[in-house]
Amino acid sequence: MGLYNDTVMDHFMNPRNVGEMENPDGTGVYGSPVCGDMMQVQVKIEDDIIKDAKFKTFGCGSAIASSSMATEMIIGKPVEEALEITNKTIIDELGGLPPVKVHCSVLADHAIKSAIYDYAQKNGKHYKGLEGFDPNADDDDEGGEE
Amino acid sequence: MTESRKVYLDYSATTPVRDEVLKEMLPYFTEHFGNASSLYTIGLESKAAIDKAREQVANLIGASPKEIYFTGGGSESDNWVLESIANDMKSKGKGNHIITSRIEHHAVLHTCQFLEKNGYEVTYLDVEKDGTVTPEALEKAIRDDTVLISIMYINNEIGTIEPIRELAEVAHKHGILFHTDAVQAVGNTPIDVKAAGIDMLSMSSHKIYGPKGEGALYVRRGVRIPSFIHGGAQEMGKRAGTENLAGIVGFGKAAELAKQNLENHVRHCSELRDYLVQQIMEKIPDVYLNGPADMSRRHPGNANITFEYIEGESILLLLDSFGIAVSTGSACSSKSLEPSHVLSAIGVPDEMIHGTIRFTVGDFTTKEDIDYTVECLVKVVERLREISSVNSQKGWN
Repeated sequence: MGLYNDTVMDHFMNPRNVGEMENPDGTGVYGSPVCGDMMQVQVKIEDDIIKDAKFKTFGCGSAIASSSMATEMIIGKPVEEALEITNKTIIDELGGLPPVKVHCSVLADHAIKSAIYDYAQKNGKHYKGLEGFDPNADDDDEGGEE
Repeated sequence: MTESRKVYLDYSATTPVRDEVLKEMLPYFTEHFGNASSLYTIGLESKAAIDKAREQVANLIGASPKEIYFTGGGSESDNWVLESIANDMKSKGKGNHIITSRIEHHAVLHTCQFLEKNGYEVTYLDVEKDGTVTPEALEKAIRDDTVLISIMYINNEIGTIEPIRELAEVAHKHGILFHTDAVQAVGNTPIDVKAAGIDMLSMSSHKIYGPKGEGALYVRRGVRIPSFIHGGAQEMGKRAGTENLAGIVGFGKAAELAKQNLENHVRHCSELRDYLVQQIMEKIPDVYLNGPADMSRRHPGNANITFEYIEGESILLLLDSFGIAVSTGSACSSKSLEPSHVLSAIGVPDEMIHGTIRFTVGDFTTKEDIDYTVECLVKVVERLREISSVNSQKGWN
């Protein structure tokens, strides 16, 4: 009997990749405490592959669980593939979230893109998945969920 | 991680039915099942049981039994008063303006919003930082066409005890009816409807160790309230439908016990609540108590606390994994995704509202429960602050 399924609870109770890096290659922040959720993602990138990712999240159970799941999903992936991750794929990987949580608590795809954008800016890199991406945009459903 | 220990600290949400209450109720499901409207013996016995319960409930608030109408709960009582009085007054051309406060329970607020869509005007009074509705603010809001004032007796989230007698006085000075939603107050503070000058009062059984689905409305003799459910002659023709016999019997017994135990209950709860607050303040940094700082002006069991830099649903879930039940004002835990309107009204910023937990202790809470809760809370808060992207060094950005 719970609000969330076992996978979500596992990622909430034992979140993976929590923390901050000494010298991240890119940092992205998305959300705001006023709205109840804010996530920071940091990445290490070598040869266009995400070698490591760390997160810190202020938010509810599903915000923390989806942050944890998202970092797990991108570690070891080529940057272009990581950029393909959407809120929907994160939620699918978590085995679903209560409908009311879908829009508000999954910040990870935007936060990840922001971190990679930060890296790309600093290193003069161009990724197809970042075309038209604005880290300061206030979008909330580019994943097209529902 | 999973603990066998269970600590229930949400007595303002609901209470368990007391053994004595259940024992009193049980025969009314089976052997004493008669319809109280029937004229043969088992019907009359049911009627007598309802009469007795009416007396027990009346006694708890200093009313006469004829002034008590049983309903399906506090929300129904609130709906009845607001809709019926408003309709009646409007049809008589007396006015269509209602005054209430910003911190009422949704049973009052949403009924007022419904009335607004149907041609009524409602003023929602601002409250002080501690949640108090002042007689001065009420005085200023009164208009010639004000027909009803409804202010809660004790706030359900932050525990503020409102100055009901003074507020009722202001209402009566202007000849306006005064209603109070006393769902959190009944059994938690001494209530005398006559001394306080209350015209109508809503109450609920399941907040005082009685069964769910049962409540009452007190209507002072001399106040005319139209009937709410049309049909048979039950509840003096005001609220039709065969009575929830066992529920009413249970509510009556719970009311009797609440009156008997009131002093002990208030002492027991406030001692443990004060201890809980003191322990949290001492052991956890960056926490704030919402509501009156003067503990004697609060619901005896209520502690509403903001834990900075973390979110309430996360706290709730982790406490739940330790077997501890609490509630939160965070938007993330509400179906509407709106942060608590009560905490907003007292000026708590949204980011802090999200980190707010309400603890309510009750008759079955022990000091060991509090020690265990604080011990778990220290771990939970520490852990969530490690995960959080905001903290006391960085601040909120």
